[in-house]
Amino acid sequence: MQQDLLITQLCQGNEKAFERIYELYSRSIYGIIFSIIRDEEVSEEILQDVFLKIWHEASSYDPEKGRFFTWILNITRNASIDKLRSKEFKNSQMNVKGEYFSDILESGNAVTGKIDAIGLQKYIDILGPMCKKLIDMLFFKGFTQKESAKELQIPLGTVKTRNRMCINKLRANVINQ
Amino acid sequence: MNTEEYIASGILELYVYGALTDAENREITRNLKQYPEIRTEVEEIEKVLIDLSGTMAPEDLEHLLQAIKTKLARRSAAIPVHAKRSPWLAYTGWAASVVLLIGLFLLFNQNSDLKNTLNDTKNKNIQLEIEIADTRNEVERTKTLLDVMRDPHMLKIPLEGQQAAPEAYAAIYWDKENHVAYVDAKGLPEPPEGMVYQIWSLKMDPLTPTSIGLLDKFASDDNKMFELRNANASEGFGITLEPEGGSKTPTMERLYTLGVVSS
Repeated sequence: MQQDLLITQLCQGNEKAFERIYELYSRSIYGIIFSIIRDEEVSEEILQDVFLKIWHEASSYDPEKGRFFTWILNITRNASIDKLRSKEFKNSQMNVKGEYFSDILESGNAVTGKIDAIGLQKYIDILGPMCKKLIDMLFFKGFTQKESAKELQIPLGTVKTRNRMCINKLRANVINQ
Repeated sequence: MNTEEYIASGILELYVYGALTDAENREITRNLKQYPEIRTEVEEIEKVLIDLSGTMAPEDLEHLLQAIKTKLARRSAAIPVHAKRSPWLAYTGWAASVVLLIGLFLLFNQNSDLKNTLNDTKNKNIQLEIEIADTRNEVERTKTLLDVMRDPHMLKIPLEGQQAAPEAYAAIYWDKENHVAYVDAKGLPEPPEGMVYQIWSLKMDPLTPTSIGLLDKFASDDNKMFELRNANASEGFGITLEPEGGSKTPTMERLYTLGVVSS
């Protein structure tokens, strides 16, 4: 597989492979950080930290345990949440508005034009409120099924299938574009 | 495997989120290698998630890549290049390792010694606790026996030594109402191997013996006080030495003690 090769090269310290990985994932990673942090400058800082970590710790990625994207996702979420909890950040961000990723457009945290507002709007339009919350918790914030079920007050057994329906809506949208 | 159902269950989305356990992840990775349709599905889920989150980023993040590369370059340059070291440094290093090893070994030994001592102490504690419990039970029993002897309803029947054992002595404490007889057998000699004392309730006219029990725990009971059921209208009690398991009728040659209920 092409991706496997890319990761092998990354582990060997190949700079070209690193650039390619940056190209593939940097926007997604930035989006995840920004959905949690809601501050452009701090998000850029964390993005750099995440990629430094990817470069230095690539060899600790175990393909048997999951996707490379999932590995990056975990690093990203952890780095963002750590920052969010840090004292200095708390002090400077007394008024972060919005709770879910889908609030970004309304909250005014994003300077319109810097993000792909049209693309995001398209996704948000097709998702119902439950889907927005589910995807926000499970994907952006890394909640477990149990935590999401509790937060949304839905039966634990339905989290998996409900979330699949949400993702299917998004996929249908991508194909129709 | 029904891959369609597997895909529809929604587990692959959770796999990409990283919301599953280690074991579940490994299983899905295996399935993904085996079934191309599962792999395709996972790749599509991943793609839509990358797209979705990517909409929240500015179009161009190129300037940050440059910043990262600068940081990487700075960091690798910062690794100091070591000058050739003099050999004595190496010798001291080895010497230190040896000292450390000896130290570790001694610590290890000390540690096992301490563990052994701790175990011994624990065992001793357990034994002491058992002894205390035994003693408590013994005290309880003795108290009960004292109560028995002090009970005004209790009939005391002394049993005198007979021809077979003139020195022997025993007593029966009989609670007529509750049909219980306590045998105080302290004055009986230890029965020989294979033999056991048997207690008889007697009717006098004509002499009719009825067995009320065996003292088969004679050796193990320090108080030599035994509780037996006696619902008979006894007029006397006798104790004989019988073969293990007891006899149907008393062996008169081995009648040890005998006593009559005073009316």
